Amino acid sequence: MTQATETPLKRTPLHAAHLRAGARMVPFGGWEMPVQYAGVRAEHDAVRTRAGVFDVSHMGEFRVQGPDAERFLQHVTTNDVSKLRPGRGQYNWLPNDSGGLVDDIYIYRVGEQEFLMVVNASNVGKDWAHLQSQTAGYDVELTDESDRWGLLAVQGPQAEALLQPHIDVDLAARKKNAFFPAKLFGFDVFLARTGYTGEDGFEIFTDAGEAETVWDKLLAVGFTPAGLGARDTLRLEAGFPLYGHEFADDIHPLASTYSWVVKDKAHLGREHISLAPPVRLIGLALERVPVREGYPVLLKGERVGHVTSGTSSPTLGHPIAMALVRGDASTADAYEVEVRGKAHAARRMELPFYRRA
Amino acid sequence: MQTPTELKYAKTHEWLKDDGTVGITDFAQDQLGDVVYVELPEVGREVTAGEAVAVVESVKTASDIYAPASGTIVAVNDALSGSPELVNSGPYADGWLFRIENPEPADDLLSAEEYTESAQ
Repeated sequence: MTQATETPLKRTPLHAAHLRAGARMVPFGGWEMPVQYAGVRAEHDAVRTRAGVFDVSHMGEFRVQGPDAERFLQHVTTNDVSKLRPGRGQYNWLPNDSGGLVDDIYIYRVGEQEFLMVVNASNVGKDWAHLQSQTAGYDVELTDESDRWGLLAVQGPQAEALLQPHIDVDLAARKKNAFFPAKLFGFDVFLARTGYTGEDGFEIFTDAGEAETVWDKLLAVGFTPAGLGARDTLRLEAGFPLYGHEFADDIHPLASTYSWVVKDKAHLGREHISLAPPVRLIGLALERVPVREGYPVLLKGERVGHVTSGTSSPTLGHPIAMALVRGDASTADAYEVEVRGKAHAARRMELPFYRRA
Repeated sequence: MQTPTELKYAKTHEWLKDDGTVGITDFAQDQLGDVVYVELPEVGREVTAGEAVAVVESVKTASDIYAPASGTIVAVNDALSGSPELVNSGPYADGWLFRIENPEPADDLLSAEEYTESAQ
């Protein structure tokens, strides 16, 4: 008798803490993750107006070190890693050799010959295999530290003020993309002034065994726990592309508005990325009906693309969406989106939909 | 979770009143989260029990609503077009969805007790 085997979902070090906080847990990228606690809208508003905390421990961390670490990263990424000084972070892409992305990532420079790379949770295995396949000719050592780290993202206009009394560094002096060690609530952590919500905030790297205590203390000092639901509405309002939606192995990365991530240097896949993308990413706003991933986008009745992410924007009060449309049809002001067989008017809206004041 | 005893329930989380009024349960609205849009059937439409006839959308997802009875749609809750959140605040009251004339309930509707058990 054969039996279908299912890979059990992985749990972050904060699983018990999520259940204590009343989270609704869902499968996400091979992990069991909180989608919401009090409710998506309340958590979204907490991040926009005060401060929230997200468990992002499911993301992967690779250490890249050795005499050729920088040269290796210059080869496998599109952004210019040589510009990165120790103690700084950089958003970057891992291109494949056929015009798509293996992943979008963050790279932090720890030292002259040492980097920490943060990758998307669902891509850890794929990224690891890809990077391993590119090491020939480079004196570089890769270490998968994904199980070692707990990763918490604190985001919102009050994030700095809420953290400051409990940390041993002057946060105001740490600018965007700074990466630095600190003692937070007495625990040794690394902080990065980055995030994925459109708000100010920090990502906190903790020892996996200490993540739960740090999380509990963050809640105790006023951070609101926020789940995947709010993370998605926040990132969509901020116009941030999400791997698996706006990016993929077979989507030309310059379809997005992020062309600055590709610098003039030799790197994997360069000859494909230098070609004009066949599709473009646009923002759409609708009057009332929310549109979801996969819904057709029409221009004068003709299908020209599809929605990649859509939601009802809690901040703006109307539905918003990102869509990939044919290049020659990407400059119109008015489109329609087909929802359950009926076309609904959608107007073009510049990305990002929301920008913090 | 509220589950009024005078109503009948579908496993798909709709409730049916004797007069043909239909809505979604307290359990369902809680699972969906903040309702942001409701697409209702046209008045006069003939529906068959089990048929998808409406859509309730939350911030995150769109969920089909199935008719718990066969019959003709004779009324829809117009208040939901401006205030879809009524589905959250009053799933058995102001947040009702539509009304079926002379409803012929599906065979497999549940009592409040049976529904409470199945929804746990």
